[in-house]
Amino acid sequence: MKRLLGALWLVVVGQVGAADFDYRLNARPIARDVYAFIGQTEDFTTANGGNIVNTAFIVAPQGVIVIDSGPSLRYGQQMRRAIAAVTAKPIALVINTHHHPDHFLGNQAFADVPIAALAETRTGIGADGNAFAENLFRMSGDWMKGTEVQVPTQTVTAGQLDVAGRRLQLVALDGHTGADLVIFDEPSGVLFAGDLVFNGRAPTTPHADIAHWLAGLDRLEALTREAGFKVLVPGHGAVTSDATPIRQTRAWLNWLTAAMRESASAGLDMNDVLARPLPAEFADLPMAATEYRRSVGHLFPAAEQAVLGGGK
Amino acid sequence: MKYPLTIAAIALAALMPPAEAAALRDSGDPLASARWSEMQKAFLAGAPVLFDPRVKVIAPSTAENPMQVPVTVDASGLPGVVEVVVFADFNPIVQVLRFFPEGAQASLGFRVKLQQSTPVRAAARTADGVWHVGGTWVNTVGGGCTAPSAAGASKDWQQHLNEVSGRQWSEGPNAGRLRLRIVHPMDTGLVAGTPAFFLEEINFTDAAGQRLMRVQTYEPVSENPVFTLNRNLADGPVEANGRDNNGNAFKARIAP
Repeated sequence: MKRLLGALWLVVVGQVGAADFDYRLNARPIARDVYAFIGQTEDFTTANGGNIVNTAFIVAPQGVIVIDSGPSLRYGQQMRRAIAAVTAKPIALVINTHHHPDHFLGNQAFADVPIAALAETRTGIGADGNAFAENLFRMSGDWMKGTEVQVPTQTVTAGQLDVAGRRLQLVALDGHTGADLVIFDEPSGVLFAGDLVFNGRAPTTPHADIAHWLAGLDRLEALTREAGFKVLVPGHGAVTSDATPIRQTRAWLNWLTAAMRESASAGLDMNDVLARPLPAEFADLPMAATEYRRSVGHLFPAAEQAVLGGGK
Repeated sequence: MKYPLTIAAIALAALMPPAEAAALRDSGDPLASARWSEMQKAFLAGAPVLFDPRVKVIAPSTAENPMQVPVTVDASGLPGVVEVVVFADFNPIVQVLRFFPEGAQASLGFRVKLQQSTPVRAAARTADGVWHVGGTWVNTVGGGCTAPSAAGASKDWQQHLNEVSGRQWSEGPNAGRLRLRIVHPMDTGLVAGTPAFFLEEINFTDAAGQRLMRVQTYEPVSENPVFTLNRNLADGPVEANGRDNNGNAFKARIAP
């Protein structure tokens, strides 16, 4: 009975939390003048409102640099208020790391400031943004109210970027999507890896090129070995001070690739592949079963075609 | 028992393992679909029907991609199957395919386009005229039948139309399996300005000229279809030939 009451209490509190559409964003200091908002390692639901993503900001001498804007207008607005509670400085620039909706649908709350992304990310948001937003309305419900796509207004390229008195190194990679921007904040030693790195949550692959992604992870791990590196911010999951999440993401992608190739070679049908159990190594990884099923749909057709006779 | 069985069903149940026999019923759709009686009229009219667990329809309960929902129909546990019809109650084009297993097992893997969440069913007719029905619900965000094929966006698909790639497995746990892929847009006709254009028939024949299976395909089968068949043993090459609704024919030899 006690347990039942406890469960009821959770249901009620959960509903209150959802009804006020407050993400309860907590700006967590991760280095001097650098803060992150760490999301849940879950899928989009009407309970979490899509707060499953990490976003961040850097308080630079002349303004604030925002890295990714979250999954909705409400998130973007609440993020902006949470930033204002830390610093009175104006927002100087918003950067979108890639074209997935949980990273850019808060852009609307920053429509009055420059929003930058790699050229292919800008194109991708323009082309697919509305379809992505529609999907999040379906999954996150009313948290999405009023959310519209705001395409980035500026293009950035790889190399040094001086913003608001702060020096950033931009690294243009790909593999999670067609364009994945990695940002290294030189003064603090924080490496923002975007969704090339997942920590304690199975990676998502709807637009993945696994070979490119693995090459990107090698570049990222090399960056963590450089003298100035201090903190790694993955796109999803906890912040670390080492390369463990890079190795975890690589292990998952290597296993996934091998599983698709072996399955195709053994003559498995897609339903046989879906029925394969997860290896013990990943059995307790949050979202592993769900992401495996999704990834079979994304990746198995190409593995199968290679075995059946290529593009013939 | 909620659904009393006919004499014929009781006789049949006596021959089956208890768990399967318990699931056998001749009325009351186990998938509780509002469209079942329409489906029964359209596909199984006038013939005796049994919901039979030996007709297995395997598909993900939630489909990641409504354009490519994997479906495996396995009626190989049911002796004497002459024809299997596959349909999806709530699809705008309900009929997916029919197959006639001759020298091959009564099983077929393929992919299908689904427009919305729906039961996907297989009805297997045995030589005595009884339709044995199995099925499963597939949930999907939908849109699979009214989205343009990828071929429509590429310039050179016509050069590859009806190209077949395939392979047979002669050893290992999947010995006797044959898989093949055919390049075809499988346009449903439900996309404005794109007429229906789809494969209609595929025949599989072994080296001795015996037919292994005939498959009649319809619009909902996915673009660039991939099929999985099971021979009782892989014995020599298989010829696959067929045509689409515009009369484009193909013929390919799949080596063991």
